[in-house]
Amino acid sequence: MRNALVIAGREIAAYFVQPIAYVVMTVFLLLGGWFFFALLRRFDLVQQMYLAMQNPAALQRMNLNQMVIEPLLHNMAIVLVILVPAITMRSFAEEKRAGTYELLLTAPVRTGEVVAGKFIAAAVLILVMVALASIFPLILVLFGNPEIGVMASGYLGLAFLGLAFVAVGLFTSSVTQNQIIAAISCFGALLLLYVISWPAETGGGSFSQLLRYLSLPEHFATMVRGLISTKDIIYFLSVIAVALFLTQRSVESVRWR
Amino acid sequence: MIEVKNLTKMYGNFVAVNNVSFKAQKGQILGFLGPNGAGKTTTMRIISGYMPATSGTVLVDDLDIFTQSLEARRRIGYLPENPPLYNEMRVEAYLRFAGRLRGLARGELEPALEHVIDVCGLKEVSSRICGQLSKGYRQRVGLAGAIIHDPQVLILDEPTIGLDPRQIRDIRALIRELGGQRTIVLSTHILPEVSQICDKVVIINEGHVVLEEALDALPAGTSLEDVFLSAIARERGHEDIEAEQELEEVSAGRSSAQ
Repeated sequence: MRNALVIAGREIAAYFVQPIAYVVMTVFLLLGGWFFFALLRRFDLVQQMYLAMQNPAALQRMNLNQMVIEPLLHNMAIVLVILVPAITMRSFAEEKRAGTYELLLTAPVRTGEVVAGKFIAAAVLILVMVALASIFPLILVLFGNPEIGVMASGYLGLAFLGLAFVAVGLFTSSVTQNQIIAAISCFGALLLLYVISWPAETGGGSFSQLLRYLSLPEHFATMVRGLISTKDIIYFLSVIAVALFLTQRSVESVRWR
Repeated sequence: MIEVKNLTKMYGNFVAVNNVSFKAQKGQILGFLGPNGAGKTTTMRIISGYMPATSGTVLVDDLDIFTQSLEARRRIGYLPENPPLYNEMRVEAYLRFAGRLRGLARGELEPALEHVIDVCGLKEVSSRICGQLSKGYRQRVGLAGAIIHDPQVLILDEPTIGLDPRQIRDIRALIRELGGQRTIVLSTHILPEVSQICDKVVIINEGHVVLEEALDALPAGTSLEDVFLSAIARERGHEDIEAEQELEEVSAGRSSAQ
């Protein structure tokens, strides 16, 4: 564990020196802010429309959570599909290219600890990003009355989603020494996880059920709606576990080639 | 002490290292010679635990590098051909990282850091960024990183490559200093380097050992260059003779068929 933290510490410092961390955070928050602004404008517009129509029943039904936070979270998830490959593409690929891989693999450190260190570093970055993005619901709490529990559940979902993405990204980076290949294949894998249930939308067979279970947005959407169920948590944890296990195998396999 | 026993490494069907065995006693500096592509780097990567052999073993202080890998790796300092520096890090930060990665505790870290900065002459660059260092400094920072945990065994892959004459002299002096109690394996193709700093020489060609000899056991008056060239030429000779024989057989077969 100590070794993993030593590696994570170096890695986090590198994110900020490079300065990948600042760029990624800025892009994430700028886009998030833009979505938030657009959604609020729409909310406002609809509200004024109902007011003008003097329709109190419709006004009653208007819901900040559904109309602003839910679409905002889904949009930010899509932004993560693009940003996470940029965060993780370096992690192993760059070490191989620069030759520092030899330092890591000849140090008295287990490959599992190397993978854990890299994961912790990228996870910290993602969690900081999600935490900073909680400024948006905070604004809503200050000026409106949204349901805090539902928002918290949605943000928890976004955090889990980010961690799962990072684990996949580490794996794609571990199989190549070319950062572009790492990023593109990570992007492809994440997008596939996103759309994997498309052929199964209407079908009811066991194959369709399987595809729907594998589909990432399905689990994410449940949490965004405010439902935290063990099923979804287990799904995210298993994606992380499987991806990190494959990464560890792939790093170890360098030794056997 | 390092003991390499019957090491073989295959990349697919290509035999990079073929049944290599040699031994370096405690305190010995072993020069590992061979033409380019002879399998030096591969052998050193195996000794350092970076990758396993296809067959054979390496013992480092009687610890098997494959089965007792972590214990064995703790005793090794390894400097690859390209110093493994993180270009965005400052020299001091890099050396601290290298030390902690090798298991130095917080209390041991600062004295060790000061020591290697002093020994490797890095005082004036200690706060510079690794990516901006000259080749000579990169080599020295790499070496400092490899010895920061005071390893009993040092594996140096062409430590003087790409340096100017003065830097070469400094690094050689440093390596000689580091010898003494440590076991050092150093690869190079600069022959005078071996005669100057090594106690023992192992010559490898096309994946196998052609000579393993203590330097003072070499016949007096012969230069290492002659030894090296004749050892390699003997090999070539064999092949040439075999090839000629094959040719003769072929032509003989043809003439008998006519």
